[in-house]
Amino acid sequence: MYLSTITRPTAAKGRGAAFVGGNVLALGTVSLVTDVSAEMVTAVLPLYLVLGLHLSPLAYGVVDGVYTGATALLRIVGGYVADRVRARKTLAGFGYALSAVAKLGLLAAGRSLAGIGFVVAVDRMGKGLRTAPRDALITLSTPPSELGRAFGVHRTMDAVGAFLGPLVALGVLAWSGQSYDAVFVTSFLVAILGVAVLVLFVRERDPLAAPPSASPVRVREAAALLRSTDLRRLFLAAALLGVATIGDGFVYLMLQRRTEIGLLWFPLLAVGTSLGYLLLAAPLGVLADRIGRRPVLLAGYAALALTYLLLGAPIGGWPLLVGALAAYGLYYAATDGVLMALAGPVLPDALRATGLALVQTGQALAYLVSSVLFGLAWAAWGPTAAVLMAALVAVVAGGVTAGLLFHKGRLA
Amino acid sequence: MSLSVRTRLLVVLAVALVLAVAAVFYIRGAAARTTPSAPAASKAVTLDAGPALLTVTDRHIATVSTMDPAGPRTVSSVECVRAYAAGGTGVCLQPATPWTYKMVVLDRHLAPVRSVDIPGLPNRARVSASGRMIGWTTFVGGDSYNSGGFSTRTGILDTASGTLVSSLEEFTATHDGREVRSADRNFWGVTFALDDNTFYATMSSGGHRRLMKGDFAARTLRSVADNVECPSLSPDGRRIAFKHAIDGDPTRGWRLSVLDLGTLAVTPLAETASVDDQPAWLDGSTIGYTLRQADGRPDVFAVPADGSGTPRLLVPGAESPAALGVATGPNG
Repeated sequence: MYLSTITRPTAAKGRGAAFVGGNVLALGTVSLVTDVSAEMVTAVLPLYLVLGLHLSPLAYGVVDGVYTGATALLRIVGGYVADRVRARKTLAGFGYALSAVAKLGLLAAGRSLAGIGFVVAVDRMGKGLRTAPRDALITLSTPPSELGRAFGVHRTMDAVGAFLGPLVALGVLAWSGQSYDAVFVTSFLVAILGVAVLVLFVRERDPLAAPPSASPVRVREAAALLRSTDLRRLFLAAALLGVATIGDGFVYLMLQRRTEIGLLWFPLLAVGTSLGYLLLAAPLGVLADRIGRRPVLLAGYAALALTYLLLGAPIGGWPLLVGALAAYGLYYAATDGVLMALAGPVLPDALRATGLALVQTGQALAYLVSSVLFGLAWAAWGPTAAVLMAALVAVVAGGVTAGLLFHKGRLA
Repeated sequence: MSLSVRTRLLVVLAVALVLAVAAVFYIRGAAARTTPSAPAASKAVTLDAGPALLTVTDRHIATVSTMDPAGPRTVSSVECVRAYAAGGTGVCLQPATPWTYKMVVLDRHLAPVRSVDIPGLPNRARVSASGRMIGWTTFVGGDSYNSGGFSTRTGILDTASGTLVSSLEEFTATHDGREVRSADRNFWGVTFALDDNTFYATMSSGGHRRLMKGDFAARTLRSVADNVECPSLSPDGRRIAFKHAIDGDPTRGWRLSVLDLGTLAVTPLAETASVDDQPAWLDGSTIGYTLRQADGRPDVFAVPADGSGTPRLLVPGAESPAALGVATGPNG
C-alpha cells in the first residue's frame, strides 16, 4: 500500500492529494520494517538470555542498562556527521545496516556475556546514529506547514512495526520449535529488507526543494546553534518535557498496584499505551498543522499531568485503568512527533540533523535524571505523594514551556 | 537514483522474495534440528522419601539413586523448567502456553494438585521440609516497551490454608528498623524454616542484595545480612548456603558460600567457578548446585558445606537438584 503510493509522487503532487510526501512514506516504511526486526529481538531477548542461555536475570539488566547514556551522546555525533558530509541518507543507512549486522552478532556471541553486551551496544549505536539524520530527512522533504502530519504518519508506521515485531517473533518461535537462532536470523533478514527500501526509495533531498548551500558545516557553526534563541528555547522545552517524565516503568507499576490487575496482565499496560499512541499520532499531527503545534504540545503536558493525577487519585479499577492509559497514550502522541515538527523549521537546513539530535538528547538526559529523582521521592514519601508531586512538576514544566514557546510568538 | 520507480519496485520485491525464501529455509532447518525427543517414562517417578535425588533432565522431572547418581535415572513425563520436592510435595514451573508459565503443586505420584499462573520466566522454586509451603521466583521485564532493568516476582503458597501471596512486595520490609518502600525492591530465592512460617529470601534495593528473614503470618521481612543471594537454609536451621557476589559486584560472578546465622561468618566453599543457582542441601554437610558447560548444558555438582574438599560431578546432564527425604530437615 505504501509502495503503490510512492510510485506516483509527482502525479499525487499534481492533484495536491498526497497525504504525506513520498520520502516520508518511504522513511515510514523503512521504520516499520526495521521496528518489526528490532522488536522481534527485544521481545525474545529475555527469554533467550534466561531460558536459552541460562544467564541470570541480573545479566539481562547489565546488558540492557549500560549503554543508554552513550547512545544519547552518539545521537549528536550522528547528527553532526550527517550534516557535515551532507549525507543524511547515507548516515541513516549506515545506522540501519549496523543494527542489521548486530542481529547476526547475537548468533556469534554465544553464551559470552561480554559478547552479547557488545552486540547490543552495536545495535544501540546503529539506532543512535540513524535517528537524527532520519528525522532531519523528514523535515527536509516536507513543507513546514505539513510537518505535524508527516511526523504523525511516520510515528504511526513506526509504532505498527513495533506492534508486529513481537507477534512475528512468537510465530517464528512456534514454527521453528523454539529456536532463538531462527528469530535472530529472520530479524536480520527483515532488517536487510529495511535497508533495501531505504537505499531504493529514500531520497537525500526533495528534488523540488532549494539546492543546499555550498560551504560545509563546521563544529563552530554547530556550536553557534546553541546561541540561537529559538533553538535554546526549544532545547529547554525538550529538557522540561524530559524533567516532567517519570518513565513508563513507574507509571505501569503504579497502575498495576492501584488497579490490582493480575501481574500476568502487566505487559498489556504497555500495549494499551502503545495502541493509544498508534491511533492518535497521525490525527494529532494533522491537528497540530491546523491549530498550531504549541497548543498540541501543551495539551500533551496536560495529558501527562492528568495521568499522574489519576494515578494519585482515590479511584481504582477499570475507570482508572482506561483513563490513565488513554491520557498516557495521548501524552506520547501529542509530544513525540510534534516536538520534532516544532524544531524542524527553527533549524537551518545545513544543521538540521545536529539540531534535532541536540533536542532529542536534551530530552533523553533530562528524563534519565528525572526518573532517578522520582525513584528517590518514591522511597522517601511513598508512591502517592511522589506521583502527585510529579503532577505538580508536569504542570509547572508545562507553564514554563508555554512561556518559552509563546514568548514573542516566533515559533511555528 | 536514476532507476525508474518500476525498476526499483521490482528490485525491492525481488529482494523481499529472496529474503523470505532464506528465512523459510532457515526456520524449517531449525525446526528439523530442534525436534524434541520426548523421553518415555520408563518407570513411575515418586516423591517418596528415600535415598534418591530429584533433578530436571531434558526439561523433565527425573530421579536417580544417591548411591549411583551418574547411573540410570527414572524420567517422568512431567515437563518442568524448574522443580523441587520435599515432604512428598513437588513444585514444578512449567509452560502453560507457548508464552506463559504456571506453578504446579504435585503430589507424591506427580499428579497435579493445584496450579497458579505466574508472570514472567521461571527462575527459582522451593518446598518446605514438611511439604506445606511452596515458594517460587520469576523474572519479569524486558517486554518490548519496558526500557531498562529487570524485575523479579516472588510468590509463596501455603498449601494447608490455601493462602497465596503472589508477590512478596505486598509484605512490609525493614532494614535497620526502617521500612524500605523504594520502587526498585525486588525479591528472589525463598527458603523455608521447619516451623512453616519463618522463611528467608533475597531483597534487592538500591544496589544492595540483602538476606531477609520473613514472617509469613505477620507479612513482614527484616534484613539479616548484606550481599546474600539465593539463600538455602541448612537442615539444622543454623546455616545458609548462598551465592556470594564477588567483591559485592554480581557482574564479577558469584562464589558459593555458607553463612553461619549465629555469628554471621561467611565460609567460601571449594567450588571456584561462578555459580548462578539457588544451592540445595543434599544432607547436613553437602551442598548440591547446577553448573553449566560452555554450550549451556547443565550438570549437578556437590561440594562439602564446610569449605573443605573439592567439588565433584554428581549427576551429568541434569539441573534443579533436590534430595528426597534423606531424613534431613528443611529444603532437603
